[in-house]
Amino acid sequence: MKLDVLYFAWLRERIGLGREQIETDAATVAELVAELRAREDRYDLAFSDMASVRVAIDQDLTDLSASIEGAREIAFFPPMTGG
Amino acid sequence: MPEARVQAEVFDPGAELNRFSEAQSDMGAIVSFSGIVRDVTGGLDRLEIEHYPGMTERAISAIVDEAVTRWLLGDALVIHRFGPIAVGAPIMMVATAAPHRVDAFAAADFLMDYLKSRAPFWKKEVTREGAAWVAAKDADEDALKRW
Repeated sequence: MKLDVLYFAWLRERIGLGREQIETDAATVAELVAELRAREDRYDLAFSDMASVRVAIDQDLTDLSASIEGAREIAFFPPMTGG
Repeated sequence: MPEARVQAEVFDPGAELNRFSEAQSDMGAIVSFSGIVRDVTGGLDRLEIEHYPGMTERAISAIVDEAVTRWLLGDALVIHRFGPIAVGAPIMMVATAAPHRVDAFAAADFLMDYLKSRAPFWKKEVTREGAAWVAAKDADEDALKRW
């Protein structure tokens, strides 16, 4: 399955890019994260503290256990600091 | 009609509030809040706000829709900036119009709490020494439990 994966704020800076397209067989967000962490150190470092990572599937906030079946866009980012 | 704007451009909260107020003919109460970049330590040069185009607009619309279902509101306005924002400049504002003040105040407070923690914006503080992402506060997350 092809997915657009987006990174924001310090996740974007640690990984070194804001968006990439990846091919994955992961069934859940957690599996996708494990796959990314196994790729390279910069991903491993960015995802080392999952308590400070939030995730959205197709622009809706969800959690790590969520299924990514049928998803087009998955975004990872720190807790939001708007307002 | 509730309006939500996400923009890089600076805006004038007073002018926006006047425009919002003039559009109300049957609302007895208007409440507004403006968030301004503050320099607490004396070293802040600017804020830089990153956001998630697409999700930002969706999230704000959902938050405004929720406010409209919870309170008797006639209208609402949300403006939130992104990009570099100078010290002293407005970051964002909300305004609510309702028949009565209790609804206008509560809805504005709710909008602020949710915009802080559920709209995909991230603040970075740029000082002379360098730049650092602002960490989310537990208190901001806890504030959502009030609702």
